[in-house]
Amino acid sequence: MNNAPLFDAPIAVLRHALDTKAISSVELATLFLDRIEALDPALNAFITVEHERTLAEARAADTRIARNEAGPLTGIPLAHKDVFCTEGMLTTCASKMLANFAAPYDAHVVALLKRAGAVSLGKTNMDEFAMGSSSETSYFGPARNPWKTGHVPGGSSGGSAAAVAARLAPIATGTDTGGSVRQPASFCGVTGIKPTYGLVSRYGLIAYASSLDQGGAFGASAEDCALLLAGMTGFDARDSTSLDRPPEDYAAALAVPPADAARPLAGLVIGLPREFFGDGMSGDIRAAVDAALVQYRTLGAMTREVDLPNARLAIPAYYVIAMAEASSNLSRFDGVRYGHRAAEFADLADMYCKSRGEGFGAEVQRRILIGTYVLSHGYYDAYYLQAQKLRRLIAGDFRRALGECDLIASPASPVTAWPLGAMRNDPVQMYLADIYTTPVNLAGLPGISHPCGFDASGLPVGLQLIGDYFSETRLLTAAHRFQQATDWHLRRPALAA
Amino acid sequence: MSLSNEQVGRLARLARLAVSDDAIDATRAQLDDILALVAQMRAIDTNGIEPMSHPQELAARLREDAVTETDRRAAFQAIAPHAEAGLYLVPKVIE
Repeated sequence: MNNAPLFDAPIAVLRHALDTKAISSVELATLFLDRIEALDPALNAFITVEHERTLAEARAADTRIARNEAGPLTGIPLAHKDVFCTEGMLTTCASKMLANFAAPYDAHVVALLKRAGAVSLGKTNMDEFAMGSSSETSYFGPARNPWKTGHVPGGSSGGSAAAVAARLAPIATGTDTGGSVRQPASFCGVTGIKPTYGLVSRYGLIAYASSLDQGGAFGASAEDCALLLAGMTGFDARDSTSLDRPPEDYAAALAVPPADAARPLAGLVIGLPREFFGDGMSGDIRAAVDAALVQYRTLGAMTREVDLPNARLAIPAYYVIAMAEASSNLSRFDGVRYGHRAAEFADLADMYCKSRGEGFGAEVQRRILIGTYVLSHGYYDAYYLQAQKLRRLIAGDFRRALGECDLIASPASPVTAWPLGAMRNDPVQMYLADIYTTPVNLAGLPGISHPCGFDASGLPVGLQLIGDYFSETRLLTAAHRFQQATDWHLRRPALAA
Repeated sequence: MSLSNEQVGRLARLARLAVSDDAIDATRAQLDDILALVAQMRAIDTNGIEPMSHPQELAARLREDAVTETDRRAAFQAIAPHAEAGLYLVPKVIE
């Protein structure tokens, strides 16, 4: 069926091995726990791993499999970004503020996957409170890129992307507020999907910017992402923005054979935004993206130019909105109910200030301060309200463009993974690299990034596809057809052997 | 435009963040950089455009007025920095 070693096998192959009792879930979990032990010291992709907890979940999965009660994910190991609350286990958000925080409940996503019988290997590293594009602001030290450990894995879900790329976990959850699934997926050479805003419940997902935050899935392929995403979606009354939609079986949709096997994407129109294909993209990325578009045309798709005239305003609009919402959301960390409390203080106000000053890292503090500024009296209209108006213009651009095409293509990032520390003292430079991903969050649209080549130094390049609301099946299908015809998604870093 | 150290101090107080005197110059410079980045959007004419606060723009969902939570006070207070006899303890507020 497949000759790859089990740690590198698609979920469908793991499913078959579990169902035919070729391997038990305990054995499979142990295989990945051993890989984490051997390889993670070089990557720092995980913050918390608890062997006994993992093995207990695997034993329970084996019982279900023995009773023929297994679902698609029963017994399949996965990793959770440390932004999702896990009952009784540390949920740190990569912050000193929550370094000792054992959540009193499971996030909806965690509960759904637990109920499905998936086996959690642990919690992955990230930028502190998901604020960053490099996973370097973690209180627990930076996560590293498996392709070159001196480079960043992207962020904020860098640990999840690195774990999947190094095959420390077959699949992993992430969150995407301004590109935090798609950009690390591209930096690490894996596939990552951010669904339509509202499809994945935010209950128990520690909030960064509530109108932008959305859970997403990492896998080695669109097929694996399809299985994980289906396990993460579903209406949840506890999230006021959760959408009540009938469940979709993405994997089944991918398995339907195309009418024309030679041209499986015949009829698909891919829009290329003029504003995204101008200057600003490195030559290597341009070449890889152009080659991917040639491949899409070979598969039957047509490409045409479209316009997103306001997309250039996405970075300022995004950062104003995200920081404003962050300053409000993070006011809950007061050193009273949970999290870090300063050891010494003069009075209650001093306790708040010192607890927060000590508990939050520099980037989180910067974002809270800017967020406070743009929401403050006299600046609200000029910044926050203006950003919300631009948000409508940007969403309108997408609506018009998606009236002229089925999907929009762009690079996931204008650059490949940069060296650790390269942007540490220049946050603005790092914000500018989010140019292709942030507009998608402002509009609330789904997007996927899949590997499409490498730069001259051997670092992965990702292609982003953006679709209309609820077009996850179309996005996954396009990426899947591409992956059936190419092998970029099968390349592995030397470290993962 | 750029911020003064006094403005940064005021923001820090509003945000309940202790920013040390040593760090204030560096913080101010970085906040200025960020404000310069976002300044470009201020010149755009958005007259007549409705602000968009949320991607789906749905009305708030209503539910039955019924108790849905169970009493988990002990579990929630177990993770508090300082709780006693069912109460969260903070420094004395009223003299």
